[in-house]
Amino acid sequence: MRTGARPTIRGARSLAALLAALALGLLPGAAALAAARASLPQIERQVMCVTCKIPLNVAESPQADRERAYIQSLIDSGYSEARIKHALVGQYGSAVLGLPPDHGIGLAAYLVPLVAVLALAGLLAVLLPRWRRRSSEHGPGEPPAPLAPADAARLESDLARFD
Amino acid sequence: MPILISLAGICLIGLLVYGISTQSASRTLDTRVHEGRRPAAPEASRTLPVLDGDGVSSLRALRGKVVLLNFWASWCGPCATEAPMLQRAEPILRRYGGTVLGVTYKDATPDSEAFVRRFHITYPNLRDGTGDFAAGYGTDQLPESFLVDRDGHVVTLARGEIGQRFVNQAIELARST
Repeated sequence: MRTGARPTIRGARSLAALLAALALGLLPGAAALAAARASLPQIERQVMCVTCKIPLNVAESPQADRERAYIQSLIDSGYSEARIKHALVGQYGSAVLGLPPDHGIGLAAYLVPLVAVLALAGLLAVLLPRWRRRSSEHGPGEPPAPLAPADAARLESDLARFD
Repeated sequence: MPILISLAGICLIGLLVYGISTQSASRTLDTRVHEGRRPAAPEASRTLPVLDGDGVSSLRALRGKVVLLNFWASWCGPCATEAPMLQRAEPILRRYGGTVLGVTYKDATPDSEAFVRRFHITYPNLRDGTGDFAAGYGTDQLPESFLVDRDGHVVTLARGEIGQRFVNQAIELARST
C-alpha cells in the first residue's frame, strides 16, 4: 500500500510544481502575449469613428483615417489594447467606445432594459399563480365523456373500413 | 393589461423620437443670429484643455475681447485653407483688442499639434475632444466660425469655409467697438 501511495504523492507534487510553473512562468507570458496581440483590425472593430458615428472598421472618412493612424502609432509604441482604449477615451471621450452616455437621453439605453426586465418579472409574478389556479380548477386528466351509442357505432364502422 | 402594453409601447416610441431629435445638430443659434438678436455665446464658461500646454481655459476668459471662434481639425481639408488666413488676421485683431480662438474638434492631440506647427499658428487653441462644446454651437461639420463681441454675444456665424470677408468683419468689429 505504501509503495502504491508514493507515486500518487510524487504525482501530486509534480502537478503542484507544474501549476506553480504555469502561474509563475506562463501567466506573465500569456499577459505579454495578450498585450502584444493588440492589432489595428482588432481595435477598429471595437471603437467608433467619432464623426461618422459608425464602427471604425467600416468608416471611410479623413477623420477615421487619422483615428486609425493614431491607434497605429500607439500600437507601434507598444501600448496594450486596454491602454489604447484608455488613450482614445482621453482624446475623443467615451463616445469612441460606442457606449451610450450615462446622462440625458443616453441613460435610457441602460434604464429601459432594466425596467423591461422588472416589468416582465412583475407580470410573471402576477400571472403565474393565476394560471396555476386556473389549471388546478379544471383538474388534471379528467376522462372524456362517453360517446353516445349511435356515435360509437359510427366510429366503429369507420374504423372497420380502414382495417 | 392591453392598456398597459399600449402605454409602454407609446412611451418607447416617444423615447425613440426624442432621442433622434436630440441627436441632430441644433440650429437655434443660426435662427437667432439671422433675426439680429445677438444671442449669448453658448458654453462660454465650459473649460477646455489648452492645446499647446497644461491647464484649461474658456471662452469666458476672453470676455472683453472680440473673438473669432474657429472650430477646426487636422483631418479637415478646408481648415488647412483657412489657417494661414486666420494666422494673418491674428496680429491685426490683437492690435484692436481681439483674437482668433481655435477649438479643435474630435482631433487627436498629436495631429492638432502638428497642424499648429505646420501653419505656424500663434493664436490660442483649445481642445474639444468630445465635441460637447461644439454641440452647443450646433457644430457637426468643419470648419465653422463664430464672431463673438466683447460682451460675449454671437454677432455672426459661418458654417463652412470662411473667406477674407468674414475675417474683415471680425477686424471691423474689433476696430469699431
